[in-house]
Amino acid sequence: MTLETEPVTINIGPQHPSTHGVFRMRVTFDGEVIIDMEPVFGYLHRGIEKLAEHKTYVQNIPFTDRLDYLAAMSNNFAYVLAVEKLAGIEVPERAEYIRIIMAELMRISSHLMGVGFFLNDMGAFMTPVLYMLREREKILDLFEMACGQRLTYNYMRFGGVSHDIPGEFIPALKRFIDEMPGYIDEYDQLIAENEIVLARTKGIGILPADKAINASVAGPVLRASGVKWDLRKADPYSIYDRFNFDVPTGTNGDNYDRYRMKIEEIKQSVRIVKQAMEQLPQGEVCTRVSPTFKPPKGEAYGRVEGPKGELGFFIVSDGSAKPYRFKVRPPALINLTVLRDMIIGWKLADAIVTFGSIDICMGEVDR
Amino acid sequence: MTKQLSGPEVAQQIGEKFPDTITGSDETAVFVRSEALLEVARFIKESLDLDYLNSITAVDYIDYFELVYHLTSLENNHSIILKTKCHERKNPKVPSVVSLWQGADFQEREIYDLLGISFDGHPNMKRIFLWDGFQGYPLRKDFIIDVPGGGKATKQ
Repeated sequence: MTLETEPVTINIGPQHPSTHGVFRMRVTFDGEVIIDMEPVFGYLHRGIEKLAEHKTYVQNIPFTDRLDYLAAMSNNFAYVLAVEKLAGIEVPERAEYIRIIMAELMRISSHLMGVGFFLNDMGAFMTPVLYMLREREKILDLFEMACGQRLTYNYMRFGGVSHDIPGEFIPALKRFIDEMPGYIDEYDQLIAENEIVLARTKGIGILPADKAINASVAGPVLRASGVKWDLRKADPYSIYDRFNFDVPTGTNGDNYDRYRMKIEEIKQSVRIVKQAMEQLPQGEVCTRVSPTFKPPKGEAYGRVEGPKGELGFFIVSDGSAKPYRFKVRPPALINLTVLRDMIIGWKLADAIVTFGSIDICMGEVDR
Repeated sequence: MTKQLSGPEVAQQIGEKFPDTITGSDETAVFVRSEALLEVARFIKESLDLDYLNSITAVDYIDYFELVYHLTSLENNHSIILKTKCHERKNPKVPSVVSLWQGADFQEREIYDLLGISFDGHPNMKRIFLWDGFQGYPLRKDFIIDVPGGGKATKQ
């Protein structure tokens, strides 16, 4: 007697502990093995690109905070770079350094959350993520000192930053930079050689380099596949060409490499922050720009290497005080293009871990 | 530093291979006829080694839609912008480049969803963020926003 079998489709999400927001996967199984997956987006779609067309350039800065809310500084940074490119606004030296410090601290914070929740998805429930929240808290304290906010900063302005850093900022930053390497060692002791972590991540969810490039994957996910591409080195914006740092790359492009990339990048970010802190000059922090300034007609694409990949803003100006088109290049959404290919042939539990390793933020995916 | 390839030079290269496909060029961009988009994209992908599609944007200029393709070569670290215009408004159609760059998949679906430009040859051309029964395309300039509680926001 032969048993008839047929594929089963299961919804994972939109409300699911491992979907990092409201994301839904329609997964089709043959027995236990995944044979197809269709991602469903849009639960957090707020129409930010349309809203932005009805607000002035300055009013749009807080909107960018609400894209990837775990890396709001980087979003601010990319947007002001695009508008500065469009309008040709000069940035004072001190502001450039402050921006770099903030952007790198943001990267550390975002990667900590990425790794923490990745382990959460794997079943190391809450313990590692709480260790990482401990360090993130210190970074948020620093941000709070500089701009009074802990999640949505609205800190960068066209031509600089909104406030100069207060006197207690540098000593606190110095303390953080001195402590951070010790914490990274602590994570490594907990995670790097853990047998369960290795069993769940090594060789699973492999993304080959050529596929990653073809699918426009960016950031740590791309570098984990062995592609040495980091906009801070490849197309240095702001003053990144003044700092010494390495671009870590993986070899296998599996879940383990994607997790390692984040830890290695934290180490490099600490290096950059340290150099920027030492070189920080005195002076102005903002060129005065009118709140209703009108950039000349034209278009500009400004981009940064955000924590999750190439974060770009494509701004079209018609010469009025509001952008004619405000387009975000969302690294998280584009990185998800390859999720289907990465999880086909694996089991559900592996799919959850692979999804966690991509490190997305739904605020940015859906906008 | 990523080298910006000069638009006119690239336009000339394409023009030699595919005459009558180029409609113009500027410092950083090449304008191509929308019917020839796929073959031109395939040609420059190979000849200039443009293996990475950074982003696709569509802009509604009311008279026409403009599609902007940012392309980069990771190997040689150079980039070029490819632009194409679509004059049809009722049922705009442009060839899809998913067969060349898989990264275009969600971006083309997003453009279809928000601007209503459909891409010929896309494997899964349907709305990505909004639901299937949604009327209209929000990023078009003539889309009227319904304000909660009645009334209409002013048309831009």
